[in-house]
Amino acid sequence: MDLYAELIIEHAKRPQHAGLREPFDTETHHLNPSCGDEVTLRVRLDRSGEHPVLADVSYDAMGCSISVAATSVLAEECLGRPVPETLQTYAAMHAMLTSRGQDEGDPEQIGDGVAFAGVSRYPMRVKCALLGWAAYLDALARAGVDIGGAPTDVRALERS
Amino acid sequence: MAPRTPLTAQEVARIRADFPILARTVRQDRPLVYLDSGATSQKPLCVLDAERDFYLHHNAAVHRGAHQLAEEATDAFESARTRVAKFIGARPADVVFTRNGTEAINLVAYALSNAGAPGALDGADPAAAARLRLGPGDEIVVTEMEHHANLVPWQELARRTGASLRWIGVTDEGHLADPAEVIGPRTRVVAVTHVSNVLGTRTDVAAVVAAARAVGALTVLDACQSVPHFPVDVTELDVDFLVFTGHKLLGPQGIGVLWGRGELLAAMPPFLTGGSMIEMVRMEGSTYAPPPQRFEAGVPMAAQAVGLAAACDYLDRIGMAQVAAHDNALVTHALQRLAERPWVRVLGPTDPADRVGAVSFVVDGVHPHDVGQVLDDAGVAVRTGHHCAWPLHRRLRVPASTRASFHVYTTTAEVDAFVEALDRVPDIFGVSA
Repeated sequence: MDLYAELIIEHAKRPQHAGLREPFDTETHHLNPSCGDEVTLRVRLDRSGEHPVLADVSYDAMGCSISVAATSVLAEECLGRPVPETLQTYAAMHAMLTSRGQDEGDPEQIGDGVAFAGVSRYPMRVKCALLGWAAYLDALARAGVDIGGAPTDVRALERS
Repeated sequence: MAPRTPLTAQEVARIRADFPILARTVRQDRPLVYLDSGATSQKPLCVLDAERDFYLHHNAAVHRGAHQLAEEATDAFESARTRVAKFIGARPADVVFTRNGTEAINLVAYALSNAGAPGALDGADPAAAARLRLGPGDEIVVTEMEHHANLVPWQELARRTGASLRWIGVTDEGHLADPAEVIGPRTRVVAVTHVSNVLGTRTDVAAVVAAARAVGALTVLDACQSVPHFPVDVTELDVDFLVFTGHKLLGPQGIGVLWGRGELLAAMPPFLTGGSMIEMVRMEGSTYAPPPQRFEAGVPMAAQAVGLAAACDYLDRIGMAQVAAHDNALVTHALQRLAERPWVRVLGPTDPADRVGAVSFVVDGVHPHDVGQVLDDAGVAVRTGHHCAWPLHRRLRVPASTRASFHVYTTTAEVDAFVEALDRVPDIFGVSA
């Protein structure tokens, strides 16, 4: 099955940087009401430089392999990077996931995120891959970061 | 009501010919194996033809106008009511058409809160009116296994009226706890499901009715998952209200049914108001038509009612006792095949005698959405998630489950195709088989 790339299964079985850590600046809890998947996500920002840097992102994800793996890839790709860059990663992931199979994703931009290219062919599963991102955007917004007007509800995010 | 003669393979094959959608393929030319009839059933040609015939030849707004088409449309709609009433052993005057089962439950819940408005019960039979009053100190009883449609409207009714919501629990085995432990002197309404949409378990309605009757409480039965699968007779059940939906009964989407005891419907204030449901309208206020029209505001869903009547005809031609026997054979077969797989954990009782229409299960270590995706890849359509029964899943300590559900067109070969597709799950997700 093209949906379950080996990378997705690996991330789902061993989610990277998982677990809720202290200290943190903001915490969000998001759920997908259609299936009950949940994620609690915390961010800590280092604001000493010109741009805030994602000093830590920690999470507790409960759900299907797609939603857990997507959150794991989010943490792996974004941890330690300037927040504006992580928003670019998000934009590239979102474009790929909502492309209905047209956008295969650029490994330079989204790293292991390319494993989720197959998800875009299954419209019912796009929400799963965006749940962690919705929680992340919301956590950034609560920390005062300009997220460019992106919605933070996963259902709205899917259609944006 | 005990199953007698399951349908033969030839009979099921003939039935399947009436459902062209079952012959289509999905996901790279896999034959469709539709095991999601608990969510919505497929519809036979005669139902589609009945709807089309209505629009082709008789379409007009029901109960309006005096021209010939209006007459024919009204006749078709009212004949459908009579036909559907017969299907559940009811008087046509006690059958109200709604948009779906959810609206039918909300109709009762809103009528009960509207009954508390000043003057709402003026002129109503005092004995019936007394049963409709609800306020602080009163209790509404539901169960922990309800579909959200038979839970949230009662939560909201409790909030609006100041009554309290209580619930009958579910045992670890998935059976309902003793209703008499929760139903008490303060209970005014008892709303329970006839068949759990997740566990497929059948409620002991007689026990619920006995406990409710002893304290004068109204009983509301959610029969959405029972009417499609075995013979249901409102007189035998002895409840006060019964609700079901057309689209799980081989009928169209957009039509549901509320049956209520005549004397209660007659005393109830309306839920939705507007055209068709009035007796007399003046600028200062209005009076309302007797049931069922009082509860059917606006132009009704006539074509869907006609389609639902055709579905009742279709099922009665097969015979609901046979439908029930076929269903039991499928459930028995599915439980046997799943029991051969120790990595599959079936939710609820594993005795097929306790079950109707559906089997829900979990594969420990694999999320139901992932299970469902693997099945979908093989052309097998099942339901995954909490099936609009989140509290029940919490009670059974699982976040979600996968449900295979059946109808009269389902074959044992399809059940086999489903379990064989399921066998790929442990391998793909690396859990031990």
